[in-house]
Amino acid sequence: MNSASCAAKISTQPFSLNPTSPASHDRPLVSPKPTSLFLGSTRKLRLSSSSKLNLHRRSGTVVAVSDVVKQKKSKSTHSLLITKEEGLELYEDMILGRAFEDMCAQMYYRGKMFGFVHLYNGQEAVSTGFIKLLKQQDSVVSTYRDHVHALSKGVPARAVMSELFGKTTGCCRGQGGSMHMFSREHNLLGGFAFIGEGIPVATGAAFTSKYKREVLKEADCDHVTLAFFGDGTCNNGQFFECLNMAALWKLPIVFVVENNLWAIGMSHLRATSDPQIYKKGPAFGMPGIHVDGMDVLKVREVAKEAIGRARRGEGPTLVECETYRFRGHSLADPDELRDPAEKAHYAARDPITALKKYLIENSLASEADLKAIDKKIDEVVEDAVEFADESPVPSQSQLLENVFADPKGFGIGPDGRYRCEDPKFTEGTAHV
Amino acid sequence: MAATFHGVGATVAALSSSSSSSSSSSSSSSSSPSNSFGSKILLSSPSRSFSVRKRASFTMVRSEGSMNFDLNFKGRRAQQLIANAVATKADSSPASSSSKPGHELLLFEALREGLEEEMERDPRVCVMGEDVGHYGGSYKVTKGLATKFGDLRVLDTPIAENSFTGMGIGAAMTGLRPVVEGMNMGFLLLAFNQISNNCGMLHYTSGGQFTIPIVIRGPGGVGRQLGAEHSQRLESYFQSIPGIQMVACSTPYNAKGLMKAAIRSENPVILFEHVLLYNLKERIPDEDYICNLEEAEMVRPGEHVTILTYSRMRYHVMQAAKTLVNKGYDPGVIDIRSLKPFDLYTIGNSVKKTHRVLIVEECMRTGGIGASLIAAITENFDDYLDAPIMCLSSQDVPTPYAGTLEEWTVVQPAQIVAAVEQLCQ
Repeated sequence: MNSASCAAKISTQPFSLNPTSPASHDRPLVSPKPTSLFLGSTRKLRLSSSSKLNLHRRSGTVVAVSDVVKQKKSKSTHSLLITKEEGLELYEDMILGRAFEDMCAQMYYRGKMFGFVHLYNGQEAVSTGFIKLLKQQDSVVSTYRDHVHALSKGVPARAVMSELFGKTTGCCRGQGGSMHMFSREHNLLGGFAFIGEGIPVATGAAFTSKYKREVLKEADCDHVTLAFFGDGTCNNGQFFECLNMAALWKLPIVFVVENNLWAIGMSHLRATSDPQIYKKGPAFGMPGIHVDGMDVLKVREVAKEAIGRARRGEGPTLVECETYRFRGHSLADPDELRDPAEKAHYAARDPITALKKYLIENSLASEADLKAIDKKIDEVVEDAVEFADESPVPSQSQLLENVFADPKGFGIGPDGRYRCEDPKFTEGTAHV
Repeated sequence: MAATFHGVGATVAALSSSSSSSSSSSSSSSSSPSNSFGSKILLSSPSRSFSVRKRASFTMVRSEGSMNFDLNFKGRRAQQLIANAVATKADSSPASSSSKPGHELLLFEALREGLEEEMERDPRVCVMGEDVGHYGGSYKVTKGLATKFGDLRVLDTPIAENSFTGMGIGAAMTGLRPVVEGMNMGFLLLAFNQISNNCGMLHYTSGGQFTIPIVIRGPGGVGRQLGAEHSQRLESYFQSIPGIQMVACSTPYNAKGLMKAAIRSENPVILFEHVLLYNLKERIPDEDYICNLEEAEMVRPGEHVTILTYSRMRYHVMQAAKTLVNKGYDPGVIDIRSLKPFDLYTIGNSVKKTHRVLIVEECMRTGGIGASLIAAITENFDDYLDAPIMCLSSQDVPTPYAGTLEEWTVVQPAQIVAAVEQLCQ
């Protein structure tokens, strides 16, 4: 099948279960580019074999996602989706994400980190597929499930682990924690605990990019922002408000929905009147794409196009990645609600296993290459733990720093001096 | 006697009419600057200052907001009272009034001037809000700016407060200096998520990596029969948010000064304006100046009582002060201006002198700025107090529409007079 034209069609006329779906058909939102490779799956996979699963999913026509990739296999090497270097980079990034998160779980149960920790196992393809295409100056905004976004964006594993341990060497000096990963150097704008509240921040970063180009006349400023969030967020007002603004002003942003079907214990299908999130893009005037989020190569192809659109100044894109988290919502979640058959189904589509298979079958890498990467990453993660363990906890002197960028904001004390001049201020014991 | 001051609204109306017409017998030049309502200071000198009401005595008072801020206490300039007393219209010759420096404008124009100057000075300063662009702002604060600076620098947003405030925060984090306007402060309740979580906390949560030099401004307070939802005082809701500063302007001079200081500040600042004060007229300096964000303004030094107030209540207090002076009292009036943090130095100095404190505010009694101020003063200056602190606040009532009821929810000058009399017994 010609998946390219199929996909190009889909982005303007999202495939509808309901033929009466509105305006999306009226105007072309993306001029069909016959040469663009929208290899993303545009329709949902339905397993007719498992009747139980049908209860959990909307029915819909199907394209077998892996068929597209299988076809590629038989062609010559230069029509492969990635080079060897790229393949190994993707593999390493996903392994890092997986190994890191597994280590987090261990450390949590050993009492090294506390609070709410949300792990990303199973969703690595989305983070790797998108973020590895970015430049350092591009921005990423995430949610509380942000460890792997931070790692993909280039924040060192040591800094992330230290932050989780609450040490002063953490990327936020221990003041943020699991849900608030920030890095100015790598343009990671957070880490937000409330769902949806990062999306306007991402929209603002995209606005700055446009402002720099058009007002400050930095002609080559083509920074793109990626906003990652989940299916639950797509019912939140901030999501819709930002889709509107981004499309209105053609902001260089990509809205990436990590649809893992569950918002803690609330199934996406029970919470959403129309669960096909990608359809909501055209309602606001931007393309809406659905892609198999368990396949890093597909995600990457879709990401290339969406990020390219944004860089060229053509505006935002909404990308819905069908993905799954192998663990519970957080380390405190017993994860009893999800159907084991559903979990098994997605476990069989583990993105790392899939990429590994692809690399080996296409002779892009050998088992030995991959094992070497596994080992290297194990060492990185262990080193991160060691580093975090040995790092100091914040002293009290850190307490009052960073509340204000300009500490004059603490005001003038009764003695006429600014409170921040009080020596106790640097000790963290000043009365403010 | 209190005709001129009967409620700000009436005065505003009177201002616009009195500026053009004058029934004062002693008026000579009609270009007199002396009806700047916001700057009336009662001097207990010649009675002739009271005899002419509509073109009454005029004194300009300003705090010496230092332009080069110097952390050294010794270098910090003390609050000074500049008394350019134009005693009465009859005495002032056209020559002396025209040789006055500065230019006269209304408070909303002062805000605009401050904003415009900062936008010229720094191309990263931009404005976002509903109707700020083509419409010029619902209170005309941004009039003409979109034509001058373009639609991207003066951005008309859709009606989505939470999201465009968040957008401002994201822009601030990535290098811009946005000024977000809430068409009415009350609408910012919708942006509470962004203001509390992101605006206030992100600098800290990111370990100091991202600064958020945003200014959030808008008109609030009780207006003229605007109904409960348009008459809110959000300063009491926002005051607990760590990491933000809050200031309230009350005169054209401090409006411009605070606007500029807020824009230049690296901290997130919420600037509270008041719906009824936009048409105040005052003569302000031509030269560049800012008002220190953390300082209070000494409006009238006094010996008998320290009256702490801000925003619109300043005018009710000054009107009451007139009566009090007639009755022989010497009230000190401080416009606290900085709602968070409090300027405990200026306040403390006055408390140490007068030993009596009256707070007059427009917030609700429960959990308002006054409540916090009482706590702060009691904590720091308890030894100096001869009497318990009195606080006059608005009633804990949703502001009613009916004019009479509305008047009773807000503190009126007569109550202030009575309170001072009681305090000074």
